[in-house]
Amino acid sequence: MRAVAIAVFFWIALSASGGAEQEAREIGDARRGETIFRQCADCHQVGSDAKDRVGPHLNGIFGRKAAANDGFGYSDGIVRAANDGLVWDLRRLDAYLENPKALVSGTRMNFRGLAEPRDRADVLAYLRGFSDNPSDIPEAQPTARPREVELSPEILAIVGDAEYGEYLSSECTGCHQRDGGYDGIPSITQWSAEDFMIAMQAYKRKIRPHPVMQMMAGRLSDEEIAALAAYFGTIE
Amino acid sequence: MTLNRRNFLGVAAGTAAALSAPMVMGQGRPRVVVVGGGAGGATAARYLAKDSDGAIDVTLVEPTRSYYTCFFSNLYIGGFREIDSLAHSYGGLAASGVNVVHDWAVGIDRDARTVSLAGGGVLPYDRLILAPGIDFVDGSVPGWDVSAQNAMPHAYKGGSQTELLKAQIMAMPEGGLFAMVAPPNPYRCPPGPYERISMVAHLLKANNPTAKILLIDPKDKYSKQALFEEGWQNHYPGMIDRIGPDFGAANVEVNPVDMTVTIDGTVEKVDACNVIPAQKAGRICELAGITEGNWVPVSGHTMQSRLDENIHVLGDATNQGDMPKSGFSANSQAKVAAMAVRGALTGSRVFPAKFSNTCWSLIATDDGVKVGATYEATDEKIAKVDGFISQTGENPDLRRVTYEESIGWYAGITSDMFG
Ligand SMILES: Cc1cc2nc3c(=O)[nH]c(=O)nc-3n(C[C@H](O)[C@H](O)[C@H](O)COP(=O)(O)OP(=O)(O)OC[C@H]3O[C@@H](n4cnc5c(N)ncnc54)[C@H](O)[C@@H]3O)c2cc1C
Repeated sequence: MRAVAIAVFFWIALSASGGAEQEAREIGDARRGETIFRQCADCHQVGSDAKDRVGPHLNGIFGRKAAANDGFGYSDGIVRAANDGLVWDLRRLDAYLENPKALVSGTRMNFRGLAEPRDRADVLAYLRGFSDNPSDIPEAQPTARPREVELSPEILAIVGDAEYGEYLSSECTGCHQRDGGYDGIPSITQWSAEDFMIAMQAYKRKIRPHPVMQMMAGRLSDEEIAALAAYFGTIE
Repeated sequence: MTLNRRNFLGVAAGTAAALSAPMVMGQGRPRVVVVGGGAGGATAARYLAKDSDGAIDVTLVEPTRSYYTCFFSNLYIGGFREIDSLAHSYGGLAASGVNVVHDWAVGIDRDARTVSLAGGGVLPYDRLILAPGIDFVDGSVPGWDVSAQNAMPHAYKGGSQTELLKAQIMAMPEGGLFAMVAPPNPYRCPPGPYERISMVAHLLKANNPTAKILLIDPKDKYSKQALFEEGWQNHYPGMIDRIGPDFGAANVEVNPVDMTVTIDGTVEKVDACNVIPAQKAGRICELAGITEGNWVPVSGHTMQSRLDENIHVLGDATNQGDMPKSGFSANSQAKVAAMAVRGALTGSRVFPAKFSNTCWSLIATDDGVKVGATYEATDEKIAKVDGFISQTGENPDLRRVTYEESIGWYAGITSDMFG
């Protein structure tokens, strides 16, 4: 088991003040990750004979640009995210495994996600073994990584003020067409409130890479994001 | 929306012009007059009519029947857009209930709260929204005034001027010289002159590759400078010369009869010349007596004039703070103003003002860049909150997507403005 043999670490920041105290931790338990990966293995292969199947093979996934496996027919969603600059570092892979659609709208990866941080860490520790030169986890000197903020049930439970959302939406419709038309900028109508909130929160936290959207979402409060989700839920 | 009397009159007014306008008044509904049907005024009129659902009587005064956007007009010069694709009619506004009057506003009586029209009509208002865009400062480029705009076009208002400039560039002799006199700050669309230089270079590279471009710029630095300079180096090496103020660009004179430009005493013969003069608020603002210097000071919370709370001013005409003069900004400001006006006249809910702007520029085929920021209202001004800009050395895929995004933006924002 090659994967287990490699000791993999990452850092987490201990102090919110951004001080120098950091702790090295293993990404996870690659052996346990191998077992969890079985639910992925129907579509994704790893190892020396790995080929693209329903999903692309995952050798070398760490540090690879999204949609960069030539010859695989990726979804428009992944291609767009790649063009926005999505690179599969540890943080992005973790976010994607947690909820694929939060990171990439329109991904074809039909997987509900791994809710348990430990499960994700273990799968990633396993996959890490098939990436020779992961850009963000040098073997000798682990790179610092801030802990991912998770969407709490409280945030998801906020009931949005649709009237406020309608006013806020006028910022969106400077680019996104209210009638759902699409020519170069994605349609944002007819999304479920939850998908909408998750997407906006992912931009706000700079997990999704698009700079305009990071900026727009970055100054919206949780209530404002909920208000927008409520409003966009009301229009056809 | 069902067709009612108001819609019917709205459509009819579009054709019967000033005549029908005063007649729609007098039903006890609060009246809003919007002067200028461009990026700011069209958005404000549409949002007011749409969101008040008939509770406010909205009249738009705009002389032209088709609005040609300045945004993307450089892409027309570069050959990436047809001129017709930049034209927008007012049918969509009429359909949302706006009473469209094709006329010029020629006077504003702030005490009587009326707008007088060139055609003789007089429109009373409870609130007035002015969005007349820009006019040019007389004498800012010695030798040039609007009577010279056919020999040396500004192409800084949309439509025929843009077409004229392109025709003159196409008619340049082989290896000829194109010159641009760039404007001093502040002016509409900070990256506009430099995007134009890029598009002129693109056009010449394909049709007249030995031609040269002279950019005479009174400013030390300009918007997206590193991105443009990198792009010009990559796509148009040796073609573009920029003369800054350190080499006399602030001391320029033009002669539209001889087709010469004199830079700090040195005379250059030019084959086509784009003069973009210094700018000021559209003249109607001066007539209303609400300007200070060249622009109209406004409150960022509501876009109200600092001198008259019954007048809201939008877009390029304003001095508001940190936002650049752009179509995106005018559209964003219009929504804040529409909300504030509606709140004041009908008691609807009012939320804190939020603004944003993103300006895309095209440097060459599939090489798009962008700059953007978000803003909030403080008591002094509209203040920048956060921003970003494209980086030099970005990969070509990202640049292509940025360009494609701008096409989406154009479709989105024009439908947000004109319905
Ligand atoms: C070359 C170029 C490229 C540009 N590119 C971009 C871009 O990519 N993105 C962007 O966001 N912005 C861009 N802009 C800037 C944008 O065009 C302006 O900032 C925007 O149009 C300003 O909107 P406005 O409503 O203030 O004025 P305008 O859009 O100019 O509208 C003013 C309207 O008022 C009318 N009017 C004037 N006086 C009167 C009167 N007395 N009575 C009645 N009507 C009157 C005029 O006919 C006109 O229709 C560009 C500009 C130029 C020149």
